[in-house]
Amino acid sequence: MVLKPIDFKVADVYADWCPGCGDFGIMNGVQMAFAELGLEPHQIVMVSGIGCSGKEPHNVKCFGVHTLHGRALPFAMGIKAANPALEVVAIGGDGDGLGIGAGHFVNAGRRDLDMTYIIHNNGVYGLTKGQASPTLRRDEKTKALPRPNINEPVNPIGLALISGFTFAARSYAYDVRHLKDTIKQAVQHKGMAFVECLQPCPTYNDITTKDWYAGEDRKDAQGKPQSRLYKLDEIGWDPVVKDWNEDFKKKMAALEKTQEWGDRIPIGVFYKNELEPTFQERYSKRVPFYLTNPPAKQKLVDDNGNSNVDLKQFLDELKTS
Amino acid sequence: MVIKSINWMAGGPQGSGVDTASNVFGRACGYGGLYVFGRREYHSNIKGLHSYFHQRISTQPLLANVNDVNLLAAFDAETVVRHMNEVVAEGGIIVDSAQLNTKVLDIPTLPPEFKTEIGKFMKENALGETVNDWLEYSKKRDVHVFPVPYMALLIQIGKKLGVEQISKITRMINVLTIGISFSLLKYDRALGEKAVLDTFSEKGKIADMNALAFNHAYDYATETFKDNFKHRLEKISITEERIFLTGNQAVAMGKVLGGCRVQTYYPITPAADESEYLEAHEILKTSGGDEAILVIQTEDEIAAINSASGAALTGARAATSTSGPGFSLMVEGLSWAGNSEVPVVITYYQRGAPATGLPTRHGQADLRFVMHAGHGEFPRIILASGDIKECFYDAAKVFNLAEKYQVPVIHLLDKAMANCSQTFPVFDYANFKIDRGSILTEKDLEGKEYRRFQFTETGISPRVMLGTKNGVHWYTGDEHNEEGHISEEPSNRKMMMEKRMKKLELVEKEVPIEDKLGFYGDQKAESVVLSWGSPKGAIIEAINLLQEEGLRLGFVQIRMIIPFPTGEIKRVLEGKKRVIDIEHNYNGQLGQVVKEQTGVTPNFHILKYTGRPMTTTEVYDALKLVLTDQAAERQVLMFGS
Ligand SMILES: Cc1ncc(C[n+]2csc(CCOP(=O)(O)OP(=O)(O)O)c2C)c(N)n1
Ligand code: SF4
Ligand SMILES: [Mg+2]
Repeated sequence: MVLKPIDFKVADVYADWCPGCGDFGIMNGVQMAFAELGLEPHQIVMVSGIGCSGKEPHNVKCFGVHTLHGRALPFAMGIKAANPALEVVAIGGDGDGLGIGAGHFVNAGRRDLDMTYIIHNNGVYGLTKGQASPTLRRDEKTKALPRPNINEPVNPIGLALISGFTFAARSYAYDVRHLKDTIKQAVQHKGMAFVECLQPCPTYNDITTKDWYAGEDRKDAQGKPQSRLYKLDEIGWDPVVKDWNEDFKKKMAALEKTQEWGDRIPIGVFYKNELEPTFQERYSKRVPFYLTNPPAKQKLVDDNGNSNVDLKQFLDELKTS
Repeated sequence: MVIKSINWMAGGPQGSGVDTASNVFGRACGYGGLYVFGRREYHSNIKGLHSYFHQRISTQPLLANVNDVNLLAAFDAETVVRHMNEVVAEGGIIVDSAQLNTKVLDIPTLPPEFKTEIGKFMKENALGETVNDWLEYSKKRDVHVFPVPYMALLIQIGKKLGVEQISKITRMINVLTIGISFSLLKYDRALGEKAVLDTFSEKGKIADMNALAFNHAYDYATETFKDNFKHRLEKISITEERIFLTGNQAVAMGKVLGGCRVQTYYPITPAADESEYLEAHEILKTSGGDEAILVIQTEDEIAAINSASGAALTGARAATSTSGPGFSLMVEGLSWAGNSEVPVVITYYQRGAPATGLPTRHGQADLRFVMHAGHGEFPRIILASGDIKECFYDAAKVFNLAEKYQVPVIHLLDKAMANCSQTFPVFDYANFKIDRGSILTEKDLEGKEYRRFQFTETGISPRVMLGTKNGVHWYTGDEHNEEGHISEEPSNRKMMMEKRMKKLELVEKEVPIEDKLGFYGDQKAESVVLSWGSPKGAIIEAINLLQEEGLRLGFVQIRMIIPFPTGEIKRVLEGKKRVIDIEHNYNGQLGQVVKEQTGVTPNFHILKYTGRPMTTTEVYDALKLVLTDQAAERQVLMFGS
């Protein structure tokens, strides 16, 4: 059965984002990606944190786990580790993933579980009414801020790169086709994949707006807006590490690329390395049946309803007589 | 019944092998058919600060430690200073002869407040300033002192081994003291040697070196100390199989038995040993196919509880293990698990608190915290074990409770249990039933619409694991409707709250009384002790001692904290003249809960919050004062360095 994006919609749940919110685009991109990947709803678990973006799983027909502020990744890790056959996609806001959940973000990179994490970067804390998020630039004063932002921003892709994510990409909420393709690549990637999705928040972020990304403020002679976004593909960017010898070079080049902002903002895959063994591969070395009989699928019981465990290996060590 | 026992103690700086020596001592006694109760005390420090270990030995089962020490093996001067007065008349102290001239107040590891205390003690008893002067004082109390030139013995041993650099073998001082101890106690040398070899069995040549040191010291003491040391340890022959284990190990085994297949943790004392032990034994032997427990060291306790919850949603039985500071970080996750009806298990080893508190010491001050932790109201089950055996069975049972009722379960333990070591007949586990509660599979769901939080009479909705075909559903920390989607509707809210909360009524009805309360002593007596957790052993031993003297009282151990067995406890307390609350905290928290739940206020409190567990001796003394109407309402116990 080939499913269509509409098969991933949830009929009776109203998507309660503000009109024009970038989250609609991301939701569509996710649904399209799932359909094109040939996945069925029950094979996917979408895990989210708290924020406007955190509500997304309720609008996507697959298992949805809407967790706590900042904690999407730990839940996702538990789910994926216990049942590695599941396709796990974690999502959340920029505050969620890079503020309160930053520690989990860094450690998810180190662990390299084979899953995907999408951050909705809107520069603000949407659901709490527009405070500065960790990605908002210094001295910028979005609508709801009483004073300009006093902090430097984090660099989401840069942080992913140095934390050990083996796939790092950026896309844009209103370029749904590009977004869909990027999410597909992230899901298909073997290892921990990170997608930073630039997401206009028309209600609170009056700086990095849809018009700003589209370059409405910088029209050419013919009156055509000059989009600030450009695709890495188009400049022949090759993110794939094919040999460990080129890993450091490619990682550093990607890091350098993340410095571009303002008039030219690259989107696309910055870095990809499938040479790194994933958590699943590392653990399978110790427990060879991990993938065929993971924790979620183990029987625990014998035919009489008793625990199937023989404690001999423990008891033998402890015996005194 | 008065238990005859020998209390052996080793003390020395951390890192000098006190634990290893004690383990050897305990094992050797176990090999000789004897019962052992071991208790471990240590600082939050890696090398240098004082630690000690008791091994109490008897032909009868032991439940706790006592104050009196029969033989003290001092690795260093500080041990003499701290524990000399615990050694009874006709007991003995093994001491390094090189330390005899050490000036007590010059011992660098003694904290100033302790120096003030001993300064006073020295003045009052006109003690001189050296270790030797102190030991003279002990001798006057009829304590035998056995000075041993540790260094000279090591040099002799080094010669036998062909090791010239003595610094390479100073670690063996601990084994020397075991050889000397067993010689003085006239204990079977072969069993001591076997325990040494078994303890070091994974270390190759080191096992033989230690065995040689053990034997050398044994011979030395037999030749040197001809005076008649009264205490004897004699092996007996037994037919049953026994094990010697710690609380941490019992919990780990219980978990595996109970089906735990994912354990998450962030390192913390005294919980981490359990997770490390599990990881070391990750591949399991089963009667079916290949199984293993996946142990994940997370980045913090927030990740620990939430990833355990995530794992639980997939159908793996999952747990996390921690102590107070870690649980503090887990509280939001606990609330989520309660709201989303997640069967996650939290193994909670209390330690000295608040804050970092007494990180390696004992405490029971988190009772009220675990009962109420988490914002909002949601059902949880709390089971508190009282000894190592209960640790084992409860650690398995909690998974049944969690899955059957779809609630987070807290298995409440403490440092005293975690770190004590005891001999037991091998636990019987062949008939341990696994009850996974109501679970629907792909087949059950075919052609049906599934709602994860369906309203039912009992409040329990059939569960479907993430990944099950035909069973797509949602979870959220928000209030939700039956599908698991966010809902703020008042009518739905009311029904959901009631659905969740009423599951506890079912727990109350279905859990057997023996899992809620333990009854000991004379229930008809006019006095009753109420307690929970690790004081159990000392209380039972104390009650037995008092009974010998005609002082009768009952003891009710409260095992299930939530749902609280209010009705049963009310019945127990009816018409009692004295209700005595015993626990390791300042406020008498269990007493407060009993009052709140039953309206009965305990009229006596026996409390301890020094970080050291109560001994039988202390509890006996305190209870005797109560029963003979000489006690204050509140007695605070102090024993232990
Ligand atoms: C522990 C905790 N602290 C604070 C909040 C309040 N809170 C809800 S959403 C949010 C910020 C959301 O911002 P972001 O993660 O960027 O998501 P967005 O709404 O922008 O999609 C905060 C602080 C919370 N839910 N939990
Ligand atoms: S506040 Fe911003 S992020 Fe939130 S729904 Fe509205 S537009 Fe979207
Ligand atoms: Mg945001």
